[in-house]
Amino acid sequence: MSEAREYKYIGQRSIRPDGFDKVTGRANYGADLSLPGMIWGKVLRSPHAHAKITKLDVSRAEQHPGVMAIATYKDFPAVSSEAFEAGEGATDLLDLARNILADGKVLYDGHAICAIAALTEAIADEALSLIDVEYEILPHVMDVRDAMKEDAPLLHDDLFTQGLPEQPDKPSNIAARMELKKGDIDQGFADADVIVEREFYTPTIHQGYIEPHACTVRYEEKGTSMVWCCTQGHFDVRASTAKLLKMDLSKLKVVASEIGGGFGGKTTVYLEPVSLILSRKSGRPVKMVMDREEVFRASGPGSATRNWVKIGAKKDGTFTAMQARLCYEAGAFKGSPMGPGCMTVFTPYDIENAYVEGFDVVVNKPKVAAYRAPGAPQAEFAAEMVINEIARELGIDPIDIRLKNAAREGTQTLYGPKLKAVGLIECLEACKNSDHYKAALKDNQGRGVAAGFWFNIGGQSSVTINMNPDGTATLVEGSPDIGGSRASMQLMAAEELQIPADKITPIVADTEVLAYNGTTGGSRTTFATGMAVIEAAQDVIRQMKERAAAVWNVTAEQVDWVDGTAVNTAGEGRLTAVEICAGADRTGGQITGRGNINARGAGPSFAVHIADIEVDRDTGRTRVIRYTACQDAGKAIHPSYVEGQYQGGAVQGIGWALNEEYIYSKDGILENPGFLDYRIPLASDLPMIDALIVEVPNAFHPFGVRGVGETGIVPPLAAVGTAVANAAGITVTELPLSPPRVLKAMQSSSR
Amino acid sequence: MAVVEYKAPKTIDEAVGFLANSIHPAKAMAGGTDLIIQNRGHYDQPLVVVDTKHIDSMMQATVDADGLVLGPSISCAELTARDDIKAIYPGLIEAAFLIGSTQIQGRASIGGNLCNASPAGDTLPALIVNAAQCVIAGPDGERTVPVEEFCIGVGKNCMARAELLVALKVPRPAPGTADAYLRFIPRSEMDIAVAGAGVSVTLDKNGKCTAARVAIGAVAPTPLLVPEAGDALIGTEIDDAALDAAAAAASAAAKPITDRRGTEEYRKHVVGVLTKRAAKIAAERARGAS
Amino acid sequence: MSRTHVTTTVNGDALEFLCEPHETLLDALRNHLNMTGTKEGCGSGDCGACSVTLDDRLVCSCLVLAAEAEGKSIGTIEGVSNKDELHVIQQKFLEHAALQCGICTPGLIVSTRALLQENPNPTEEETRYYLAGNLCRCTGYDKIIRAVMDAAETMRGGGAA
Repeated sequence: MSEAREYKYIGQRSIRPDGFDKVTGRANYGADLSLPGMIWGKVLRSPHAHAKITKLDVSRAEQHPGVMAIATYKDFPAVSSEAFEAGEGATDLLDLARNILADGKVLYDGHAICAIAALTEAIADEALSLIDVEYEILPHVMDVRDAMKEDAPLLHDDLFTQGLPEQPDKPSNIAARMELKKGDIDQGFADADVIVEREFYTPTIHQGYIEPHACTVRYEEKGTSMVWCCTQGHFDVRASTAKLLKMDLSKLKVVASEIGGGFGGKTTVYLEPVSLILSRKSGRPVKMVMDREEVFRASGPGSATRNWVKIGAKKDGTFTAMQARLCYEAGAFKGSPMGPGCMTVFTPYDIENAYVEGFDVVVNKPKVAAYRAPGAPQAEFAAEMVINEIARELGIDPIDIRLKNAAREGTQTLYGPKLKAVGLIECLEACKNSDHYKAALKDNQGRGVAAGFWFNIGGQSSVTINMNPDGTATLVEGSPDIGGSRASMQLMAAEELQIPADKITPIVADTEVLAYNGTTGGSRTTFATGMAVIEAAQDVIRQMKERAAAVWNVTAEQVDWVDGTAVNTAGEGRLTAVEICAGADRTGGQITGRGNINARGAGPSFAVHIADIEVDRDTGRTRVIRYTACQDAGKAIHPSYVEGQYQGGAVQGIGWALNEEYIYSKDGILENPGFLDYRIPLASDLPMIDALIVEVPNAFHPFGVRGVGETGIVPPLAAVGTAVANAAGITVTELPLSPPRVLKAMQSSSR
Repeated sequence: MAVVEYKAPKTIDEAVGFLANSIHPAKAMAGGTDLIIQNRGHYDQPLVVVDTKHIDSMMQATVDADGLVLGPSISCAELTARDDIKAIYPGLIEAAFLIGSTQIQGRASIGGNLCNASPAGDTLPALIVNAAQCVIAGPDGERTVPVEEFCIGVGKNCMARAELLVALKVPRPAPGTADAYLRFIPRSEMDIAVAGAGVSVTLDKNGKCTAARVAIGAVAPTPLLVPEAGDALIGTEIDDAALDAAAAAASAAAKPITDRRGTEEYRKHVVGVLTKRAAKIAAERARGAS
Repeated sequence: MSRTHVTTTVNGDALEFLCEPHETLLDALRNHLNMTGTKEGCGSGDCGACSVTLDDRLVCSCLVLAAEAEGKSIGTIEGVSNKDELHVIQQKFLEHAALQCGICTPGLIVSTRALLQENPNPTEEETRYYLAGNLCRCTGYDKIIRAVMDAAETMRGGGAA
């Protein structure tokens, strides 16, 4: 078990292997590939929130000099409704097609209608204005509350609510309902001394990756087509694209470029199938790059929600019942992260009685995509705010009330499994003992604490390790590296092989090189791909031992692997990895280790954050003055990049809490599709973010690893929300806590 | 519009000639930080850009006994590094310093800020309280317009076709005078002003305010000079009561809209807060100076 | 539209290119000179990923017309290191793990170089404000600021640069 093991490589703050290319500008991202003869694709997008396309005439555009091809929905081979796994969670093929190019009806501002490929970007842009489109504007609906009403305008007349006791006969904007229950909720509330209930609103937010979606493709009628794109999962880009265009997987090679941020938003396809159609029709390689406005209007943001939570507690702080009703916007097509919202909302607590009901609702906004712990921040924000209010009413310290109820080993979760060893209590204690928590606050300052939970996932990963004749290794993995995971893979391989990390070069290979790899998401990569790396390394060691055994004429069982060296336990002799590899040609050829796994046993990661906020009482403006993010990593393979995940998640959550939101006009047009008015945090907005790593090993991973990428965005909403509430003396129920909202609340506050 | 031709004249006459004689619509460009964004795409609408940064006089700033003569195309980065200007017009320089990021500062200019005629332009209230004059050249010669009359609507200035803003003349303030500018934005940087307030005050030896100008931004279609707010300060020692009165006058003069950057109600309130705070800073500076 | 011929200097190299009048310096660097180290994140001067120096002044190359480069001296990320020897700033970014996805990194390094030329001893606050125009969505800025401060200290101490 990991506690007992002394590590030589993992836990070191090594220089990341891909770093040199990234600090010199040599690393190639989605928009950085150009091919000979390449032309440029551009998309015509809906200016309306909801409309029927009554006319779509491309003939004038087609004749424009320099235009090479035009793609519309009709260019897809016939697709029908069919659920399939690609990216994060299930996708409906028909919805996917209709989202990429509208089928007779546009469902949100920015919805793609058709695409043009031309000799230059400017010509393509110019030709877009020659497309003759006429619309019949339909009533739109922009909020779950309105969309769930009986008489709401319907987005789809073929959408019937799933998950009701009886199959409904009328279509609805409610795509699905689910419920989870445990114990006796009525009894639980009857036993409570104090009950707090509130409804919270969280806005549509965007992942805000700095790199826009981009791809360069080349369609080959007879050979293999190629897609180069920035994605979190090139194998799933291949799966979706091949399915949409009815291609064999082996005839489509997808190359993952370096990726300039994803956070869940690059787990689906937008441009790739369209550009392949344009390439097929023009016979030329095609490059498509979204501009920033397109990214905001037409990629997949995170769900807005209206979540109601009710919690009962005894005077001593023991929770007796927890109830929630969670309504998530899916955007224009079904599939919000309502499910994970329901499953995570109360998981930080060991609670006997709970009931959660969730709704997945379509509205006239872009189809949501995953965003870091999809669904969890919105739900847990509501729960954690209510818990802080209960703690305040009962006069109990917010960390103490959480310690009293914290989920621990053996806790029966609402969604299914009993928890194995988890680190929530350790995180709470680390925060309680921190200098930050003990520090005094000044006037107009407030502090907030919140916990957060995310499951993490495992899934399929395929890795090969090729040993080179000089004893160095090339580690071939298929998980796009969004935050430094190649460094983790390198360290884990070094640890297992016991050869120096800098002798191992990790690369992310394309879809032709490896068997299927799941998308980088769900905080799975260091855990699952890491396990495949360990398995591949063990495969290498097994073969190295066999080669040494053959040299010594002993059995492989008589050979030990110590410090990167084969040791003959049945006699004399040591052979280093370098010596074995150098002689591999004489012992049976070169050595390749393989690890193809479907990893189970992802360990959940809990976090606790502390936020201190100062408020300007005259303007309602807030400032984060101190912040601590504490989280269980199981085992931090590369502590710097673990801290980086905590800090980055915390800051995305701070942005969500304070300033970020999609602002729509009355007509349903997005009014802030740019970084000027979609206000993500700046360097000057923030203090240093103290990162505390707690390590409670995950029993299912050889090194004890838990995914760390996502949990960090869960606690900030309530930590910041509570800190603002305390600093300003207001009740917080709506995000973002922008200055006008805070000022208004202060002016009408009775708190 | 899309740029189809780029001209880099070396003299004002040459520039005016390009603006007057071009077959396509022509616009003068200084730093381009607004113009390039506004004219992206729309390839069917041609535009000629006349870069004013190669005209020496438009890239110089001189301070003498009469005051400041400012070449309108000097970058904010260059201008804000000028301690001689900052010593006299600290509020104007802090307004220039607030425009955009370091990168934007490297290009953006006061002339561009003014000609763009955004109600939220940060340097506009600061120029107004300093009673700046705009020198405009055109095919028929030069004319001078007080800066508070330069903007006539959202994105509209008073210049006719082929006219060019060639200088800003800022008079030297009377002894005991100082200015300040503050704006409100949700983040700490990078945002467009939700509201802005510039104040200039003149104090006599006893600390009594003898003259004051208050101008506010982002709360009406154009930046506004608010004489009532200035009057509220004149004759006082700029005490709390006077500051509150000036703030109330500024809020009353504001006619803002609700948009993605703020609500009408919020802007009216905050412009008062800013007026009060800026007046306080200006008064402190004036006390230090006199 | 007639194309414009531009003679310029990029990272000390005398170069020429042809551009459309509407193209930006960023377009020219990426599409005509094949220097893709300078990134486009927004095209509107709001993210700083395309930061370069123009006659030693830090600018967003997406807000400079390519034609304006005539006779100017441009500095990009490709010119920061000395062949394969990293600049101290680059080295410190690596040591402090000041990048995750890396898309903002070229812009941040170019901006940091400009900062430390102007102000070799910036405070944390000065550093944060100077770099406010360089958005990073991955790191929360903590490690970036530490890397910049450490690079400044090393450069002041006469470390190899």
